[in-house]
Amino acid sequence: MSKRAIFVETKEGVIKRAIFGVISGARSEGSELVAFVLDGKGKEYQSELQEYGITTIVDITADGISEVYDPEVYTGVIVEAMKKFECTEFVGLTSALGKDLLPRVAAALDAPALLDCVSIDCNEQTVMKSQYTGKTQAKMKLEGECLVYGVRPNAISATPAPAEATVVSYVPSFKSCGNMVIKEIKASTNKGVDLTEAEVIVAGGRGTGSTENFKILQELADTLGAALGASRAAVDADFAPMSMQVGQTGKTVSPSLYIACGISGAIQHLAGMKTAKVVVAINKDDQAPIFKKCDYGIVGDLLEVVPEITAAIKK
Amino acid sequence: MRIFVCIKQVPDTAENIAIQGGVGIDESVKWVMNPYDEYAVEEAIRLKESVGDGEVIVISVGSGSTMSTIRTAIAMGADRGVLITTDEKPDQRVIAKAIAKIIQDEEDGDLVFCGKQSADSEGMQTPFRIAALLDMPVTTNVIAFENSEETVVVESEVEGGARQVIEMKKPCVVAATKGLNEPRYPKLPAIMKAKKKEVKEIALDSLNLDSQTNSMSIVELSYPPEKPEGKMVSGESPQELAQNLVSLLKEEAKVL
Repeated sequence: MSKRAIFVETKEGVIKRAIFGVISGARSEGSELVAFVLDGKGKEYQSELQEYGITTIVDITADGISEVYDPEVYTGVIVEAMKKFECTEFVGLTSALGKDLLPRVAAALDAPALLDCVSIDCNEQTVMKSQYTGKTQAKMKLEGECLVYGVRPNAISATPAPAEATVVSYVPSFKSCGNMVIKEIKASTNKGVDLTEAEVIVAGGRGTGSTENFKILQELADTLGAALGASRAAVDADFAPMSMQVGQTGKTVSPSLYIACGISGAIQHLAGMKTAKVVVAINKDDQAPIFKKCDYGIVGDLLEVVPEITAAIKK
Repeated sequence: MRIFVCIKQVPDTAENIAIQGGVGIDESVKWVMNPYDEYAVEEAIRLKESVGDGEVIVISVGSGSTMSTIRTAIAMGADRGVLITTDEKPDQRVIAKAIAKIIQDEEDGDLVFCGKQSADSEGMQTPFRIAALLDMPVTTNVIAFENSEETVVVESEVEGGARQVIEMKKPCVVAATKGLNEPRYPKLPAIMKAKKKEVKEIALDSLNLDSQTNSMSIVELSYPPEKPEGKMVSGESPQELAQNLVSLLKEEAKVL
């Protein structure tokens, strides 16, 4: 029976919700799912993880391993744990962390890897993923003794499949060679939820008009527990920082609800939010291309409409 | 100082992509340097300029037509190029092995710059593979770069827009993203001069890689499903529009 390792990404002692989608996508007949936990809380996560079909939880603990991501340490101990527990596949989330960790593990194992997949079939060894900045989608096949899969956050829905999991502790021997040292972490000015993983996003474009007006969007985002995004035009106009940019040269997002405010809908922006499940567009210009790509459109001034939406949700 | 830059030629992102033969695309589009690679080329040239001496070598894998993108990098300020020629479509594993082989053969590299991902295959892995093959440290998503004697200090954007400040020992691999710099446009005299600079062509087949077989391949290429025409929300006032939208999101779309 082949063993498939799942990287359990956590934040402040809580499993990221999108991980349950990853586990659901990774299940297949005849394979055992092994969860790698690196924050030392394997025991606490047991009931949640077994609810989705995990049968072994490996609590990887040692000096120097913490929830704060260290690229070399994480890669080293995961590669070691894969060998120790005889896992031939590694599956994770293509989050900000996953975009760094998954290809490192793949490179260390010289394993084929496909990242940011919107669906995976580990039995067939195939995935669906975007190519040509979202203008096409490719069904791709991986071939090799050891494979790495990365799943786009929120692309696969979580479906429970209860199993019984045992928790084992593992102390790896990996020592960092010190070729790369994290000196400092500069905190972000962005509030709240990470954009690439957010389930709801409120985004502003050039039509927002100013940094000041972005506060109106922030209020809606706060009310919805959403992340705030921006179009390239808004970033270029300095209304919002570059880390908030959604689109081809920014972030690719896949929320269940995307509210585009004052965004015209350039092809480069659409490339970054095409797989959002429900798109709402609010724009003054009834000819804006975004209206052809949305589920619900409102022709109107966002400065008037958005505060009313915030108020209506609060009710 | 010897600086390598790995670049890829991709369809201009403003072009429409037409699928051909189930797994390929109509290649009669405008081909350009991968957008993220422009930041890599620019940073390499700036580094050479600030150090005052050194050599910037661009490496690419592709068909003969990739030459034009190498020439663009040279016109920006790179010194010479290496084109690993193939008419096949090698995957990222093969590409990384080919590039690592060239860098090894050239010897004495201090730095390798790449773009963080390509706009065609969206693989997001080649810089890591090159680094692993050359046993170098690597950081991706780099938005700030500073060179010193033995090390480099980079800033990499991580979750939620925070930045990790990382020091890496040289030689190392740096994968660039938007925000690192503003790539320059090559000027006409530089474009003319670039045509005379050395670009070595080496056949992929002649590199004797341990494996040249793709392990990641396209089974089928298709267009993403288009959204059906959206619904315009009705209402006489901003308040009414907002209320109608919220009830649609609650009752019809069930996302609130």
